[in-house]
Amino acid sequence: MDKLINYLLSAIPLGMTFLYGSTGEIITEKVGQLNLGLPGIMCVGAAGGCMTLQLLSGTSLPGVLVVTIAIIASFLSAAAMGLIYSFLTVTLHANQNVTGLALTTFGVGTMKFIMSKITAMASASGTRYLYAIKYFRFPFADNTTFKYCGVMVFLAIIIAIVTSFVLNRTRVGLHLRAVGENPATADAMGINVTAYKYVATLVGSGIAGLGGLFYIMDYAGSQEAYLGISALGWLSIALVIFTLWKPVVSIFGSSLFGMLYVAGSYIPSIKELHVSMKATPILDMLPYVVTIIVLIITSATKKKENQPPASLGLSYFREER
Amino acid sequence: MSDPINSEIRKNTASGKDVVLEMRNITKSFGSIIANKNVDLTVYRGEILAILGENGCGKTTLMNMISGIYYPDSGEIYINGEEVVIKSPKDAFRYKIGMIHQHFKLVDVFSASENIVLGVNDGKKYNIKNVNNRVREIADRYGFNIDPKKKIHEMSVSEKQTVEIIKVLYRGADILILDEPTAVLTPQETEKLFDVLRKMRDDGKSIIIITHKLHEVLAISDRVEVLRKGEHIATVNTSETSESELTEMMVGKKISLNIERTEPKNPELRLAVKGLSGKDAEGTDILKNISFEAYSGEILGIAGIAGSGQRELLEAIAGLQHPESGDIIFHNPKKNKPVTFFHKDLHRVKELAAKGAFHYEDGSAVSFSGMSNKKIRELVNSGKVLFNEDEIIDLRDKTPLQIKELGIRLSFVPEDRLGMGLVGNMDIVDNMMLRSYRKGKSVFVDRSKPDILAGEIIKELDVATPSAHTPVRRLSGGNVQKVLVGREIAVAPKVLMVAYPVRGLDINSSYLIYNLLNKQKENGVTIIFVGEDLDVLIELCDRILVLNSGKVMDIVDGRKAGKEEIGFLMTKTDTYAANNSEEEAKINGNN
Amino acid sequence: METTENKVREPLFHIAKRAYIPWYKAWCIRLIAILAAFIICGILSFIVIGASPLDFYSALLKGSLGSQRKIWKFLKDAAVLLCISLAVTPAFRMKFWNIGAEGQTLMGALATAACMFYLGGKLPDALLLVVMFVSAIVVGSIWGTIPAIFKAIWNTNETLFTLMMNYVATCIVSYFLIIWTPNGSSSLGVLPDGHLPIIGNEYLLIILITVFIAIAMYIYLYYSKHGYEISVVGESYKTACYIGIDVKKVIIRTMILSGALCGLAGFLIVSGLDHSVTTETVGGRGFTAIMVSWLAKFNPAVMALTSLFIVFLSQGSAQVSQNFDVSPAFPDMITGIILFFIIGCEFFIQYKINFRSRKNGGKK
Repeated sequence: MDKLINYLLSAIPLGMTFLYGSTGEIITEKVGQLNLGLPGIMCVGAAGGCMTLQLLSGTSLPGVLVVTIAIIASFLSAAAMGLIYSFLTVTLHANQNVTGLALTTFGVGTMKFIMSKITAMASASGTRYLYAIKYFRFPFADNTTFKYCGVMVFLAIIIAIVTSFVLNRTRVGLHLRAVGENPATADAMGINVTAYKYVATLVGSGIAGLGGLFYIMDYAGSQEAYLGISALGWLSIALVIFTLWKPVVSIFGSSLFGMLYVAGSYIPSIKELHVSMKATPILDMLPYVVTIIVLIITSATKKKENQPPASLGLSYFREER
Repeated sequence: MSDPINSEIRKNTASGKDVVLEMRNITKSFGSIIANKNVDLTVYRGEILAILGENGCGKTTLMNMISGIYYPDSGEIYINGEEVVIKSPKDAFRYKIGMIHQHFKLVDVFSASENIVLGVNDGKKYNIKNVNNRVREIADRYGFNIDPKKKIHEMSVSEKQTVEIIKVLYRGADILILDEPTAVLTPQETEKLFDVLRKMRDDGKSIIIITHKLHEVLAISDRVEVLRKGEHIATVNTSETSESELTEMMVGKKISLNIERTEPKNPELRLAVKGLSGKDAEGTDILKNISFEAYSGEILGIAGIAGSGQRELLEAIAGLQHPESGDIIFHNPKKNKPVTFFHKDLHRVKELAAKGAFHYEDGSAVSFSGMSNKKIRELVNSGKVLFNEDEIIDLRDKTPLQIKELGIRLSFVPEDRLGMGLVGNMDIVDNMMLRSYRKGKSVFVDRSKPDILAGEIIKELDVATPSAHTPVRRLSGGNVQKVLVGREIAVAPKVLMVAYPVRGLDINSSYLIYNLLNKQKENGVTIIFVGEDLDVLIELCDRILVLNSGKVMDIVDGRKAGKEEIGFLMTKTDTYAANNSEEEAKINGNN
Repeated sequence: METTENKVREPLFHIAKRAYIPWYKAWCIRLIAILAAFIICGILSFIVIGASPLDFYSALLKGSLGSQRKIWKFLKDAAVLLCISLAVTPAFRMKFWNIGAEGQTLMGALATAACMFYLGGKLPDALLLVVMFVSAIVVGSIWGTIPAIFKAIWNTNETLFTLMMNYVATCIVSYFLIIWTPNGSSSLGVLPDGHLPIIGNEYLLIILITVFIAIAMYIYLYYSKHGYEISVVGESYKTACYIGIDVKKVIIRTMILSGALCGLAGFLIVSGLDHSVTTETVGGRGFTAIMVSWLAKFNPAVMALTSLFIVFLSQGSAQVSQNFDVSPAFPDMITGIILFFIIGCEFFIQYKINFRSRKNGGKK
């Protein structure tokens, strides 16, 4: 029983990494941009946040401020990646897949580079950015109740709910979805397609970047944690398909993915289940297999509501008449 | 030229009504083609104005200049007496002008209301419930039948059109332009639409309806403006005109083109289409029980307003679409011709031999019984086995490849030259190969023959191109067409189908195409020619089949038929609707 | 008449698709982009790692061409990358966005290693190599065909499907690693049997095989009937139907080929180089290959150049990071930046920017 609770307590917060990633990617994909640079973006988001924390390590700012600044920095550095992507794909009409893959190469490299810089700075100054982990908890509440979920867990859920609201209940959301479904129609109705694509990609990237920061500073809280981020990024893309582009579904979907992700290491450790350690990779496969099945089912049923945004992956060019 | 009429009408009608929109001296050209030349147009408050004209007469272009899609080269537009500049649909909305295009601009997965409110930024808080209510309000006011929450992809075409109209009304449009609104509707739906339009007119809206259907003009409009070849011909009050007068104004006097036409020689039945019916992609009936016969050595013209089923008919014959019922019987002239293994199907040859379908040169019957397959092949390949009769094959449900493998030489020059007939990014040689690349057993393509063919076509048809290795998309429209027609003729077809072969071509290229077709005709090819210019059809074709909403209205003799007669057949509706619209016209006339 | 025209505020420039650009102009644009990228990278490394531009560029050169050993390594890495790039190319020419080369290659590598593991020592090496070769190709093509079948039947999004297949492949590999290593280390070590024979240099055979595949692929794409059908399907679905090509068949057939070649690449990596398999055997080259193929506009001859270029970059910048003692991740950054420039410059090849001269004057 303890193990089950431990399992859930380890799985569900991990899911929040996916939730950040998938919410960000949903916003981006809803506007028709298939951003395969997500893993790189999440890495850069993590690196940006950690770098800021390292730089703040000498100061004596209150914890709330430190966390806020780190979140903003993480958001901005990830959004900068989104800017590169948007410039190439929207303004220069580059192929989205190729650009995304290049962005991932660049982002993962950049993160590793920055992290090595941070390590060097830390050994020089004597304080590591990880000092701030305590601030990511709830400084005002006792640390036993909120042992497993820090500020950013709630932030993730709030962002997902707000995103869902904006997408489905506001004019901005309506226009955004229209751009992703049918940019020509949106254009004819006087919607600025380019602006929507840019803003959505930037905001989406920024949100995804927070996932990286969350993973290092809240979930894993360790020095080498950054090496795992890009794998989580790819899973976040899978989660977008799994949730059929719905951020609220993603709140549960991300928890499920979290459970599937750690299932490989937890389930075999529960002796009662008689699952061999050898099954770990098979269990690890689950999130991807489930996503493939969802993808097949949605394409086979052809239910319009569950399809990817119609113009996903295509660049829009208003032909000269 | 028609100023006297114009000013007269202005006096007549202007007494009671205000002018809301005026276009003066509008000219618009696309490259060398003049779409509109010095066109004037006046629209009054609370009227329905029909813009009448044939395909390509510049109706839509003219309207697109009011709705902000195109910008005129010269001329002025006045709204409520003030000169305005409309350079985008947004501007048009600001002047309370809304256009309902033929091709709907809707987001499939959105609901009606979501589509209607899309792009509207009235500063009010967005709430879909309020929008739903507004939409219902508008619908009730004018008698639309619509569920605001229904998704577009679940809607019929007429529902989608309703959404488009409400979209315009929601933005507060006072001037509504409808481009061929009835093209996609059933007669009943058309009636409903007309009721709505009348209600809107009575509500003080001005409605411009683009159409080429005469009975509808008479049924719905107050005034008619007739355009022909980009020019304003006349503006008349509907109550003071008649169907025949409008037809005459629309098609104009017959112009002699001096296309040569020979008498068909030894016509033989080549293609018999029997009771062909089918639906289009949207599920509406587009081919309705079509039957006709086409003979060797003749040009059979197909006339009809755009979207009457011409494309579907040709594609069904070519094997690209599979109609629901009917037959496409092809008579392959094989009598006394050697049997070939063109289709590589030994089984079929044996089957036919068993039925006694072959004879030797000396007239004795062929029997393959007891022969080895190898022996049969050798015998057939020697060319000594001949057909007794012509081969008769039903092409329905056959794919293009199957048709080809049956040894049927059917050529098709589709309407969409670069999208279907040719590959724009490939050079002329590779495009030549499209038809022939499968030949031979080699896994490699043989470019030597296509290369020679490309050279011949470039030389004989005078194709202006830097070389045979230039991507065809870089050629001009006329040259693209020459390449395509050249390729299709090169396979020595028995049947050649051409759809709008001279669209967008200059005079010289057009005549070159006519001559090519005539030469094929002399060679005994059956030519099916889908055209839009009645003058051309009348001078080029031996017989002309008139299609009207997917039905064959009549097949007329090209040498005797008049332009008005064909124009009338193209535009009239079936008896029920025609009677109805006559009554409507009377009622309108009394108003 | 002039007045209305002058009222319209025309944008300063407008963008139009180019109908045509001579090849030398296109290459000029690419060259300028690469030069610009190098300059930016030089400046960046000066700022970030304090390398003087001269040191930077000389280290970049030495990384790939500094010694005979480095040159061989350079050629080998480029060959492996080129092999995978060639594999994805037929699918891309058909506009089937197969981004599953990573998984297909990994599965090929796994199949090869499995043969080595289970049959090593039991079969003569020559026969073993044949079995390895065949199973790598079969497994790779199965991995490639699964998404193709669903694409053909239900039009399932192949980009997302093949992407997921990559990770399933990774998990399968780690599963077998656990099974194969009883001590639980999951590290297989060098398998003794089934090594590709060494001719001359240890990398020469792989390079030769890749060159052979490149030539064969060039011929296949440009001179075979299959290649011709692939081009037609990729260019226009409607035209393909019009001339009677069975599009579904072509999609599946092409993905069988694509997957098989990926499997072959996996075979080369395991049998010729690593003699073992890990989840990192392909190491992202399946993704890099997509960029190589795309940047070369799916032309195998140009692809040889782009893969050389990309390997040159990564080895050169690895040398830079070694020389200046910075993170080994530095090469990825440099590669990324240069890729951005090359990807971006395609815009100037595809589109033309027309600057509108402002119409001044006017009356009224």
